[in-house]
Amino acid sequence: MSIDAGEFLQASVRTATPLALAAYGELVVERSGVINLGLEGAMIAGAFGALVGAGAGGVGAGFAVAALAGCAAAAVMALVVLWLRADAVIAGTAVTLLALGLTGTLYRAVYGSQGAALSVPTISPVAVPALSQVPVIGRALFEQPAMTYVLYVLAGALWWWLTRTHAGLALRATGERPVAAFAAGISPVRVRAWALLFGGAMGGLAGGVLVLAQVGTFAEGMSAGRGFIAIAIVVLGRWSALGVAGAALLFGAASQLQYVFQSLGWPVPYQLFLALPYVLTLLVLAGTQRRAVAPAALGTALTEDAR
Amino acid sequence: MTVHTDGARTAAARLDARWVVTSATVVVIILAVLGILMAGGYDTPRAIAALWNGAFGSPYALFSATLVRATPLLFVGLAVGIAFRAGVLNIGAEGQLLAGASAAVAVGLAMGEFPRLAALPLALGAGAVAGGAWAGIAGWLKLRFGVLEVISTLMLNFVAAYVVSWLVRGPLQEPTRVYPQTVELAPSVHLPTLIDGHRMHLGLVLAVVLAVATWWFLTHTAAGFRVRAVGAGIDAARSAGGINLKRTTAMVFLASGALAGLGGASEVTGVTFALYEGISPGYGYSAIAVALLARLHPLAIMLSALLFGALEAGAAAMQRDANVPSVLAQVVEALIVLGVLAFDHTRTRWRSS
Repeated sequence: MSIDAGEFLQASVRTATPLALAAYGELVVERSGVINLGLEGAMIAGAFGALVGAGAGGVGAGFAVAALAGCAAAAVMALVVLWLRADAVIAGTAVTLLALGLTGTLYRAVYGSQGAALSVPTISPVAVPALSQVPVIGRALFEQPAMTYVLYVLAGALWWWLTRTHAGLALRATGERPVAAFAAGISPVRVRAWALLFGGAMGGLAGGVLVLAQVGTFAEGMSAGRGFIAIAIVVLGRWSALGVAGAALLFGAASQLQYVFQSLGWPVPYQLFLALPYVLTLLVLAGTQRRAVAPAALGTALTEDAR
Repeated sequence: MTVHTDGARTAAARLDARWVVTSATVVVIILAVLGILMAGGYDTPRAIAALWNGAFGSPYALFSATLVRATPLLFVGLAVGIAFRAGVLNIGAEGQLLAGASAAVAVGLAMGEFPRLAALPLALGAGAVAGGAWAGIAGWLKLRFGVLEVISTLMLNFVAAYVVSWLVRGPLQEPTRVYPQTVELAPSVHLPTLIDGHRMHLGLVLAVVLAVATWWFLTHTAAGFRVRAVGAGIDAARSAGGINLKRTTAMVFLASGALAGLGGASEVTGVTFALYEGISPGYGYSAIAVALLARLHPLAIMLSALLFGALEAGAAAMQRDANVPSVLAQVVEALIVLGVLAFDHTRTRWRSS
């Protein structure tokens, strides 16, 4: 049996879409100096929100509620980390645990413990005229659900915003040297709060894509670690907008390779390929730490002289 | 007040107040969640009865459910506790537990013919070594390259999960090659049960001994003092004089990983007797809640592991008897962590004002 490279790439981009959405959210959060381990929680909250929203008001409402639910998860994170000044790692873990538990509880309470096969309205791929006819990469990039196209626009806008606007500069300054940013009249607390909310909304949208554009239903814990993968993607993409796109595609392709090998009947352990991007992330981290590509204040709390 | 002249008594009083308020936080959260259940139209008295009966209501509940669940939580809670005490944010207890479980099963399968006195310690030892080595990777990356352990331990959790997935479909799969799991370990590598007819096993005793040993180590030895000094801050460690920051940090990574690895080994030799993918329902993540509720105090971790074990055992019974979703236990765990964080905030605010 042979494999179709175009089909493989198309599936890779499809898998990469929710990962990239969440990763772009996390990129903004990490550029402000916070590691949001609650992203996984925002994603599952978004997935559940999409189920509720789409059931009530269609696909558009589904994505809106998904973004709001992700925002809500991030708001808890912001409250605990910025206002209560708690450790971000512990708070993020708690937010993820809370969202996984709460969505599971609500799902069983509202939709019954049998989890009756729910079908929600979904979106199907839309081919962009002309562009989707380009050989090999045409279908991969331009025959996708609409959210993938939204992602392209967002990625470009984010790159421009981060590197070319005053607000983007304020965000980066907060992630590099919060004290200096504060002295320059920026409020690091406010910057980090907005960054977290944006990251939560993106994580929520990513969860929405899982439900509305891929699986077509909700399952407990269906985020399945994708929020954590998004964190890896930001690291592997070395905190740049372009790098994140490449890293997301790599993670997407790695998870599709297993199907390729299965269809080819190769006796290669596919887990190797699933684990590879994580190992690569560690290697990239080890290799680039000396050159200080990570935001200098990443993972550090705001001190008294920066708030 | 006269109490203020007596430093020791003030400290003791403050300590007591802390534990009282922490306990109160837990009680309030459990009551609040039960209140929400009542509002949601559940049969709350029945749910409460099921929760209690499932956790403590019978010898079976206590010795075959609660304490069996509490055992791995105690191991990983200690692992996280000692790491956080030294300021090492090890969130990779899950991966270290899986590494320990894999190594213990691999050695256990090879040693099945040996007498228990040789085979069992070797399997457990292999688990501890593998867990320590898995955490050691993150330690080495941190000390050699400055890689944040939050990210590296998280990545290693996924790698460990895929390694288990590969082992149970590859080199360690049962001979019929139908199920993604290993064959059952020979009885010589089973941890003995403590009471006939109950699932509670020797791993619990081992975990309790380690909890006391960890407490003793932290409070009564020079190395333990160094761990606490490093956790109090780099400056504190320097001014305490001659503390080798790197060596102490490396040791903490290894000890933390070994504890989590031993937890995995205890689980496969005491409960599952085989390796498969879903061997841990996220013990390594619950561990953070367990350790934090106990304020990273090794002896208190015994209590919080017991509480969380009871909560999970009780929640399973609640699902059976009152149809209350058992994942509610996770909500309670998360709220307890957030409650403790909020409480610590108000406490520091009071002290500074």
